[in-house]
Amino acid sequence: MFKTIRGRVILIVLMVVAALGYLFTNGIKYGLDLQGGMHLVLEVDDPDGTMTLEARADHIERSEMIIRTRIDEFGVEEPLIQRVGQDRLIIELPGIQDPGRAKALIEANAFLEFKLVKPTAQLQPALSRMDRAIVTTLGEEAIRALGRSVESPPTETLEDLLFRVPDTAPPPDTTEVEEAPDTAEAAAAADTVGAQVPATELRPFTALLNQGDADGIYFVAETDVAMARQFLALPELRRAIPRDLSLHWGSDPVGIGARTYRRLYVLEANAFITGDLLENAVAARDPQYNRPVVHFELNRAGGRRFAEVTGQNVGEFLAIVLDGEVMSAPVIRDRIGARGQIELTNAPMEEARDLALVLRAGALTAPLKIMEERTVGPSLGQDSIDAGILAGMVAVVLVVGVMLAYYRMAGLLALGALAVYAILVLGGLAALNATLTVPGIAGLILSVGMAVDANVLIFERIREELIAGRATRTAVDDGFGNALSAIVDANLTTLITALILFQFGTGPVRGFAVTLSIGIVASFFSAIFVTRTLFLLYLSGKKTADPISI
Amino acid sequence: MRIFSDANFSFIDKRRKAYVFSGALIVLAVLAMVANSLLIGTWQNYGVDFTGGSLIQVRFDVPVTAGDLRDALGGSAAYSITRFGDENEFTIRAPVRDDEGEEAVANEIKDALAAAFGGGNIEVVRTELVGPKIGGELQQKAAMAIVFSFFLALIYLAIRFELRFGLAAIIATIHDITLTLGFLAIFRVEIALPTVAAILTVVGYSLNDTIVVFDRIRENLNKKGGRKEDQEALVNRSINETLPRTVLTSGTTLAVLLALLILGGAVLRDFTLVLILGIVVGTYSSIFVAAPILLEIQKRFKFADSRERKKRRETAVPA
Repeated sequence: MFKTIRGRVILIVLMVVAALGYLFTNGIKYGLDLQGGMHLVLEVDDPDGTMTLEARADHIERSEMIIRTRIDEFGVEEPLIQRVGQDRLIIELPGIQDPGRAKALIEANAFLEFKLVKPTAQLQPALSRMDRAIVTTLGEEAIRALGRSVESPPTETLEDLLFRVPDTAPPPDTTEVEEAPDTAEAAAAADTVGAQVPATELRPFTALLNQGDADGIYFVAETDVAMARQFLALPELRRAIPRDLSLHWGSDPVGIGARTYRRLYVLEANAFITGDLLENAVAARDPQYNRPVVHFELNRAGGRRFAEVTGQNVGEFLAIVLDGEVMSAPVIRDRIGARGQIELTNAPMEEARDLALVLRAGALTAPLKIMEERTVGPSLGQDSIDAGILAGMVAVVLVVGVMLAYYRMAGLLALGALAVYAILVLGGLAALNATLTVPGIAGLILSVGMAVDANVLIFERIREELIAGRATRTAVDDGFGNALSAIVDANLTTLITALILFQFGTGPVRGFAVTLSIGIVASFFSAIFVTRTLFLLYLSGKKTADPISI
Repeated sequence: MRIFSDANFSFIDKRRKAYVFSGALIVLAVLAMVANSLLIGTWQNYGVDFTGGSLIQVRFDVPVTAGDLRDALGGSAAYSITRFGDENEFTIRAPVRDDEGEEAVANEIKDALAAAFGGGNIEVVRTELVGPKIGGELQQKAAMAIVFSFFLALIYLAIRFELRFGLAAIIATIHDITLTLGFLAIFRVEIALPTVAAILTVVGYSLNDTIVVFDRIRENLNKKGGRKEDQEALVNRSINETLPRTVLTSGTTLAVLLALLILGGAVLRDFTLVLILGIVVGTYSSIFVAAPILLEIQKRFKFADSRERKKRRETAVPA
């Protein structure tokens, strides 16, 4: 079929039509650097490195599905969610308007638990054991140094707290701040006091606790929260907590007078309801207090369990725990069926909607960590497109000018072949659903250069043959034949480079490799087949010995 | 129109001068990289893609200088502040910190800028936050990509040509990469992922150019009497025969890249700069490095061509 000119022309036309078809149905996707958007790389958060690769891969696989559901519900056009390697997830959200919100949505574990609040008295016997665990783990010196190192504390001095009888003490009043001694005196005082108190009497953790607003709730001054969190993170301390209890922070600070505190809840260790029993969640506005709430509905098994537990515990507090933090802890007034609500204090409606969304989509099985984040605003992307188009047009004019001036008619044929090349490349990009990035444009420019180079190689060979006195037709045939090996070798080595880039590259480099690979294949076809066909058409009206314009 | 169609320059005779010239440039390149290691701690000015850290690109509605920005950020030398294209656009880079994640660092910078210049006057057009782990992986991947592409190109050329062609092409490409890296080191161009793509494009272009010259040498060698001809003359003739193509292609490509450099905007600037340099170096090296090195290898190591070897093997068979 390709032996005849007609067959060649038909093949070229078919390919062009196919390319145009893909171009108009699929279109060309712009990368994030061109249209703006967010690119995230996520991994399972495993700071201790205790998870096996299989476990991490499994978590990532589940996370992919959950995050896909969340993003689909959030409504992003053409998001890309892809697992890379075994334990990594890439998320690309083109044209996103509010990157911060989208990120929070992706990062949220959305692990929901319902737990009963337990009386503080149940923790009481364990408190001194917990304090001792801290002292033995961090060392007596470190704890004493901790007390001394606190300079000009915004609330009560830590020394005061350290050696005060815990729990029953009322929230300290503000006068203490005014009376706080200056730093040097405090340090000196701490030295003497610290030396007198034996190690067994140190109360590093209990000293941070104040009585809360209900049984089962402690208040911790906002300034001490960081230290308390550090203590609670110690495995030794966690072992000292009774098996059937767990401690959870409240999600919002509480203001009492001039001070802010955070609640620390004593909860039953086992949750009686978890998020997987959830059937639906909808955000709404609480008409009574005009604040956002999330109404949830449990499935049948969840509903039965919920009714049973609430029925047995009327008058108790029920803690709604999201990702380890207590969102709210209402009193159980009556037996509750399958429906309930989560109250959000001080949160915009948007947050309630996002919470409902992540609850519906389900919880991540393990927390994820953002390893890489790239956000490009739409304006920068538009600038890049404008600059690229302008530079591209100038480049086209330059190439057209050089080819026509230097090769005349043959140059025109080459430009025809290059036009076919351009259509094939764009069609190829559309067919492969490849995204066009800034480096991708550069890859295209390189392959245009190689397409031009191939034509130059051929034409120079034809000229050589003509100078050597060959007849036109023979010169053209030999010119193509002689140039072939150089074109094949040059294109193949570049293709090898492009494929290696694709293999080892990530993100933008990959984009470059894709367009370069497509470009090289198209450029090879254009120079070897299309230019040749156009030449055959050009020669078909001439006699063997007629001169040609080259 | 026709250029260099009957060129007969004696390139090969001038090869010693070319060696000195290339040698001097390579020394300069290596010195620049060593100097960078001593002065800024790394041999290249790696961007956040490779070191990890935070990058924020900010556009201001009010006239601002890099000094203003540094003052707004507390005068710390840890931030690297660069003007980006337009008058009032800057990129601010912050290294990885032990005490804070990249996101927290980026937010600190944004808050400080908003406080100093007014939140309404700034627009964050780009944020890149890369964890240190990812950065290290990318460095490794880029190095692997270059080594692998060398290796595969060598194998390909050894099959399609002869081993010595492959070796000469690789030496010429190493020459080009060294000079390109030296240029990047001297001007401390930020090495980002697109820059690596550009370096690999230079590898591709350099190989492409060398192959065209080598293809002509191969062709002339395989012509009748080609093996008996004086090899220096043959190589020199081959270079001259491909000269019209070399000049036309390199010239056109350079013109296109210059257009890209002038009009392509700041996003593409570093990328285009590396390509322009790479094409100048690549064109020079295929004539003055690759072809002469091919001759040197042949002289030093007496690579017998396959046909001669075959003949010798046949005569060596005991009667």
